[in-house]
Amino acid sequence: MAATELSPHRGAAPEPAGRAVEGSRAVAETVARCRPQVVPAYPISPQTHIVEALSALTRTGELESCQFVNVESEFGAMSLCIGASAAGSRTYTATSSQGLLFMSEALFNAAGLGLPIVLTVANRAVGAPINIWNDQSDSFSQRDSGWIQLYARDNQDACDLHPLAFRLAEELSVPVMVCMDGFVLTHAVERIAVPEQRIVDAFLPPYAPRQVLDPGAPLSIGAMVGPEAFTEVRFIAHGRMQQALVRFPELAQRYGKLVGRPAVELARGYRLEGARTVFVALGSVLGTLEDVVDEARADGMPVGAVELTCFRPFPAERLRTLLAGAENVVVIERAFSTGAAGIVTPELIAALAEPPAVSARSFTVIAGLGGRPITKKALRMLVHDAVAGRVARFSFLGLDRDLLARAGYGRASDDPPGSTAERLLSRLRAPESPR
Amino acid sequence: MTEITHRTASGVKFYQVGSLAVGNRLLPREQRAAQADPQRANTMISGHRACQGCGEVLGARYVLDAAMRATEGKLVVVNATGCLEVVSTPFPESAWRVPWLHSLFGNAPAVASGVAAALKAQGHEEIRVLGQAGDGGTVDIGMGVLSGMCERNDDVLFVCYDNEAYMNTGVQRSGATPAAARTATTPVAPGHPGNRFGQGKDVPAIAMAHRIPYVATASVADLRDLEAKVERAMQFTGARYLHVLVPCPLGWAAPSSQTIRLARLATQCGLFPLFEAEHGELVSVTPIRQQVPVDEYLRAQGRFAHLFADQAAGGRPDLVARIQAEADRNIRVYGLGGQP
Amino acid sequence: MSAHPFATTLDPGSSRANHTGAWRVERPVYAHGLPPCAAACPAGEAVRDWLYTAEDGSYETAWRRLMRDNPLPAVMGRVCYHPCETACNRGQLDQVVGINAVERFLGDEAIRRGWTVPRGAEPTGRRVLVVGSGPAGLSAAYQLALRGHAVTVREAAAKLGGMLRYGIPRYRLPREVLDAEIARIAALGVRFETQSCVDDLDAALREGGFDAAFLGVGAQAGKNAYVPAGDSAHVLDALTVLAAAEDRWPLRLGRRVAIYGGGNTAMDAARTARRLGATDAVVVYRRTRERMPAHESELEEALAEGVSVRWLSTIAHADRGLIAVERMELDESGFPQPTGRFETLEADTLVLALGQSADLGWLAGAAGVGVGDGVIDVDADLATGRPGVYAGGDAVAGPERTATGAIGQGAAAARRIDRYLSAVAGEQRDVPRQQPSAETPVPFGRLNTWYYSDAPAMLRPQLDAARRVDTFAEVVQGLTEHNALYEARRCLSCGNCFGCDNCYGVCPDNAITKLGFDADGQPRYAIDLEYCKGCGLCAAECPAAAIEMVPEPARDEPADRTEHRDAALQDVGP
Repeated sequence: MAATELSPHRGAAPEPAGRAVEGSRAVAETVARCRPQVVPAYPISPQTHIVEALSALTRTGELESCQFVNVESEFGAMSLCIGASAAGSRTYTATSSQGLLFMSEALFNAAGLGLPIVLTVANRAVGAPINIWNDQSDSFSQRDSGWIQLYARDNQDACDLHPLAFRLAEELSVPVMVCMDGFVLTHAVERIAVPEQRIVDAFLPPYAPRQVLDPGAPLSIGAMVGPEAFTEVRFIAHGRMQQALVRFPELAQRYGKLVGRPAVELARGYRLEGARTVFVALGSVLGTLEDVVDEARADGMPVGAVELTCFRPFPAERLRTLLAGAENVVVIERAFSTGAAGIVTPELIAALAEPPAVSARSFTVIAGLGGRPITKKALRMLVHDAVAGRVARFSFLGLDRDLLARAGYGRASDDPPGSTAERLLSRLRAPESPR
Repeated sequence: MTEITHRTASGVKFYQVGSLAVGNRLLPREQRAAQADPQRANTMISGHRACQGCGEVLGARYVLDAAMRATEGKLVVVNATGCLEVVSTPFPESAWRVPWLHSLFGNAPAVASGVAAALKAQGHEEIRVLGQAGDGGTVDIGMGVLSGMCERNDDVLFVCYDNEAYMNTGVQRSGATPAAARTATTPVAPGHPGNRFGQGKDVPAIAMAHRIPYVATASVADLRDLEAKVERAMQFTGARYLHVLVPCPLGWAAPSSQTIRLARLATQCGLFPLFEAEHGELVSVTPIRQQVPVDEYLRAQGRFAHLFADQAAGGRPDLVARIQAEADRNIRVYGLGGQP
Repeated sequence: MSAHPFATTLDPGSSRANHTGAWRVERPVYAHGLPPCAAACPAGEAVRDWLYTAEDGSYETAWRRLMRDNPLPAVMGRVCYHPCETACNRGQLDQVVGINAVERFLGDEAIRRGWTVPRGAEPTGRRVLVVGSGPAGLSAAYQLALRGHAVTVREAAAKLGGMLRYGIPRYRLPREVLDAEIARIAALGVRFETQSCVDDLDAALREGGFDAAFLGVGAQAGKNAYVPAGDSAHVLDALTVLAAAEDRWPLRLGRRVAIYGGGNTAMDAARTARRLGATDAVVVYRRTRERMPAHESELEEALAEGVSVRWLSTIAHADRGLIAVERMELDESGFPQPTGRFETLEADTLVLALGQSADLGWLAGAAGVGVGDGVIDVDADLATGRPGVYAGGDAVAGPERTATGAIGQGAAAARRIDRYLSAVAGEQRDVPRQQPSAETPVPFGRLNTWYYSDAPAMLRPQLDAARRVDTFAEVVQGLTEHNALYEARRCLSCGNCFGCDNCYGVCPDNAITKLGFDADGQPRYAIDLEYCKGCGLCAAECPAAAIEMVPEPARDEPADRTEHRDAALQDVGP
């Protein structure tokens, strides 16, 4: 299992206290300490352990005054969240993959209505072909849904992001997605410090909705808005989400002090001093990546890493600051936009192009799709290639060319020169390959 | 087997219109229709943008005012996308005077469940939740979540205002569109006399199959019957379903003044039976008072005009007969011709 | 700026800023149609109005509404042939409303409770002579007295009431009822003089100092038809029989009585003969039952009491104990033609009931008062050729001679006399009556009858027919209060709002406001034209056709709309 290759450490962070526990269980316990009042749940791998645990916590009474509702679909789950949140209750659910896409219409709706729902996404590939393993195609597909998206590098992070997510969501009236890599994190048993109830209570006040369905003060929520004001509604929503770039670090600092751990950041640099080639990534790959960076540094290579925790809103300023000294920026993406390239990369390029421009060259490496492990070895090769200038602008990490050849999509020996991706693309542009 | 009773106006002192009209100046106040009350809730108020003679907004006000009376004003409403939503809440004006939430087209039952769950979690179960949608939002796109709501027995009264097609988008066929009706997606063409026979969905029966506490049908032409059913529904906790027939002048191609008459003809010809079921069993039916042939109902609507053109132009007495057979079946199955 | 989210959340009821009245091409208007009952009532009663008032048990108010047009409701509730019921739209739904029975109930209730009519107007100092105390004269006297005039009624007979007393047997009209209603008129200050035959109008007017007169002398002379009769034949006039029964003269009728004629008087004479001891009472009538002028109910009651009828028969000759009857046949035009076939009928007495005419010889010398064809000449205003002298009732030509028509004419003449007296005095004091807005009665087809409860008419209980033939006790009993109320509530209120709230309820735009009831107890609503879209549901669902859709008038400038916001509230009500 890939988890064995992961570092449980956050860089220089101290060894967490806590106990050995499955990531999903730890997240569920953390969520329970956030005292959600309504949790609609629908099973989908690899998210199921979270809601199973919440179901148990509700039944045992450890989570008090909570309505755990077994619903008939993810669409129903998010719809229940919308109703419950609008009725003034703190609301939570979790999903993955197809489930997230089945929720999609409701995701946009929840965001448009400014409902501070918190959703855990146990990241998983999206079919077809059906695949239950990890990548981040699901949450990236909902990039524009109006939700704040936070990506956890490890299970401690996954836990700690939830109190932050509730606090941020409720302050800004923007829903928050906490994304954690499916199986890699959700099913990994590690030492995790679940934040204590008194700490969460101190950090997260009871939900005070900015508006609520109240017979004593009736409002009509969810109006139809035409061309005369729709743009302004979106403008306001954008502004509200942008506030997270300010509030998230402040809240994270406070929370970090309470739990005695370094604060989570919007984006965090790792060994950037003098780094000419910087690797940018999201999620569980960071542990391995940082190990590889350590090795490369030891070998004298000027490399560093940037962990992007907050993808929405996009912390452009923060990234510009972190990458100011980089000459090459290699973005490792666990999803991609078919027919284009990376999803994070174009945004990063746009951010770096803001004057005064950061004149780094950018590269996109698509890695770990559909649960393919991103091994230390593969990353090591990538680092070496990147430092040596052998990385294409766009490539797939660990593409199995033999497999493609066996499938009739060209043989490895026939490959024209150039990057793997370019070779593949040229092959695909050719007339229908022989089978 | 539960004994089936007949709901009639008995018990109301005779006065010209008995309980057939909206009001009755001689009745004690508590026996009057909620709609006759000068201080009625007017849950939906003037200035909404519904077409002239809209049956759906009328039905919604009937239902919600009755629900407001039954809950003493402690009501929250969840509304699906559709005509009712579009005409009532175009920015910057809302016609609602209840706490009202619109989310999506296909999720109103689930949103309502969520509201109910929140109120329960907050210890505010005295506040009741009512979800509402048109037939598209109920019979078709909202069916899955409605079934979930029923199966979980969530404390929601869900109301379907059935105008038998997607009117908001320009009169396309829905799962509630009757056989032979012309819609924008079941146009009349040689060999194609409107909507096909043998399709459509009996959602009240589906709701009954969930054995929820209460299921009923009603129409805008039977106000007292409708109000009594809303009142009854509010006496139960759990999932309840009310299916209200609300003619649409636009989609049915009838004059705006005929909305209530058409609803009346629908019940009186037997095509739309009025009944109540508790815990999955039929407990009452509203007998037909003045039976009419389906012909009279169908002829009054432009969407069935092709059934009555002359034979050369494609008139279809055979199809009218099939529709009559459907009405006769309802009358037989529900005992609509039975004596009170 | 509101505290809630911009645009996606809205304030409750804010849609009222959107004035949907601008969509309208037609607008609803509350109408006051002419109900068929009122249109058909010869006495001009606003039947719908007093039925409406009675429906909530306000019997005294209903009675007072009725009394505006008719001072004899207890009498007319018994003897009127109720053309109102014939016209009643409810007959096309189930059975007509028993208007007449409700009228009688109200009249009886008034007598029982001693309700009186206050003298309305200040005395005018004007004096009016009314000749005859039949229904026309009583009605005229009452209406004139209400208007403050000093009225003297002169009656030739010993008792008041004219044909009400001498033409209608007491088993149909108990005398205490008649007396009570006349007494109420007298209580208004009307002076009644009985056995006071007027034979010189000029002298009567001059000597009494009268400013005007109403001639309501009726038609009390039995029409003579030539019936060949032997010397020993016993032939009587029907009015004589009825008068004898009334004043209890000894009258020898014998065991077998033949009555010649087919009108209501013939029926009354036959039934009276039965009560006076005749074992056989045979009506001889020359045509068929369908063509008989007597009202069906009169015939039915007579038959039930053992009266028999010989249809298609004329009396060819009468002799002692025997009558020769010739059989008739109807020709193509429905006229009876002799057949030459004769039968013999045993009869101790032959009673002639062949119609009445007015005895108007006394008017021969009255200047300006013309007489022709056995009736007094009057114009459309019931005025004779002599200023201030009006006539009505059976003494003038009319479509049908009935007590009800007489009451209507008496009232109409009284209004004209009042106007005449005002004109003479240089005043304007005639108060115009409230007139329905439509000339054509509201047809059944305009009603939305769905809304009316199924409710068959109450049958007035009848005395057991076998028991009633030997008594002059009243045959037809009145309704109990419960039944009268029920019957009143069967009224469809054609063309007039009765406050069912349908318009208020069915308006999808909440554009109708309930304003409660006015001082007369009539319901009031307002249509808010700012929001009414003109869908027409209110009109379509009005049970009584009391709302009409009319084309929208040319729209004012938008600026005016807010300016005249109050005016846009179309206040309605009777």
